[in-house]
Amino acid sequence: MSDSRSTLVLGTRKGLFVMGKKGGDWKVRTVAHLGIPIPYATIDSRTGLLWACLDHGHWGQKLERSADRGATWEALAAPKYPEGEKIKDDLEAATRYLWILQPALGDQPDRIYIGTEPGGLFQSDDGGASFKLVRSLWDHPSRKESWFGGGRDQAGIHSICIDPNDTSRVLVGVSVAGVFESTDSLETWAPRNKGLRADFLPDPDAEVGHDPHLMVASPSDFNVLWQQNHCGIFRSTDGAKTWTDISEKGGPANFGFAIAVHKQSAETAWVVPAISDETRVAIDGKLVVCRTENGGKTWTGHRKGLPQADAYDVTFRHALDLTGETLAFGTTTGNLFLSDDGGDSWRSLGSHFPPIYSVRFV
Amino acid sequence: MATVRFTQHLARFFPALEQDVEVPGATVSEIVRALEDKYPGMGGYLVDDQGALRQHVNIFIGNEIIHDQKRLTDKVEDTDKIFVLQALSGG
Repeated sequence: MSDSRSTLVLGTRKGLFVMGKKGGDWKVRTVAHLGIPIPYATIDSRTGLLWACLDHGHWGQKLERSADRGATWEALAAPKYPEGEKIKDDLEAATRYLWILQPALGDQPDRIYIGTEPGGLFQSDDGGASFKLVRSLWDHPSRKESWFGGGRDQAGIHSICIDPNDTSRVLVGVSVAGVFESTDSLETWAPRNKGLRADFLPDPDAEVGHDPHLMVASPSDFNVLWQQNHCGIFRSTDGAKTWTDISEKGGPANFGFAIAVHKQSAETAWVVPAISDETRVAIDGKLVVCRTENGGKTWTGHRKGLPQADAYDVTFRHALDLTGETLAFGTTTGNLFLSDDGGDSWRSLGSHFPPIYSVRFV
Repeated sequence: MATVRFTQHLARFFPALEQDVEVPGATVSEIVRALEDKYPGMGGYLVDDQGALRQHVNIFIGNEIIHDQKRLTDKVEDTDKIFVLQALSGG
């Protein structure tokens, strides 16, 4: 399969890196926002605009976009919680983190979604010039009672899946709360966590309170959804109505953050496992990428080209991506690896990047 | 009008920033609003969505750090010198 997207965009703890491919070589072409954490960066394929979420340690969360692939930038107003909004009754709501920016699909050319901590989903219908809080989800009765922080101080939205056949249907993944679905253009939301397990709750089967680290819909079949969860790997074949645990019993494919799904096959996916959960480093000091080609019935581990001693890398949720049979992932220790054969073998594209938060082929 | 002096770190994001800026305002909150008028976007660098001072930003009136970091109601005199600084943090 041809490798159609030959640019990589990295969001890192110390800036944004745009890498290009010439021949077989990948080189850094542009460095932007050096020194500023970039939780997420991507290009909106509809407009060609490069978007960056900025996490200034001192100055708050910012949103910028570039029309020339990172050479120059335009600052926009970041999503803002309305005056008086509260996370809990004694805690005021303010944007703490822009975790994911998701352009909508073809029939909504000016819509962009952003998922934030402390748990608000925002939408723009003017191409990102302004954002408004999706109040229906923010006002969901479960939020104040059953959403909480995990990893970050407050709950956050990191996954936004839009049904390409019906864009009024949107699913979000919330850490920690779980999966929520709207089928009526964001008017109402329902939890979709049946079959998930929350080992950290008194009731592991609770309706709300799950920790999907990342949820991805299969590009070839939206009703086949996958999630790398805090408590394992889960898959749904009925549009998130029910989930099945597909973790590898006795093998490495269990705990982790990232998951990527094959563009054509809804049976094939990759994860980058780590030790669960209080340690959070590579398993036994060895990096492995696990792949299933049968919907999670079995997993195979792939280590060729990956460090197999003294490796402590973890791959965060947005730091694994693919285009065709080419995959890339970045790690917390600044390694960037690429595979041109569906994950069978890997090579390093650099080992001295800042800690990598997001990797996107564009 | 009070005089405001900034940490040089802000000059990266507001290249037109002057060393000392005179702005009107009887409270810190009004000063921040005046700074937003003069340097659009700056308000969001200093305060959060609800108008509270960002956790890692310090504002001093003279040598004294402001008391009300939530509503910024500290009174400002025309003769005051105000300092906008960033707290130190590692990494």
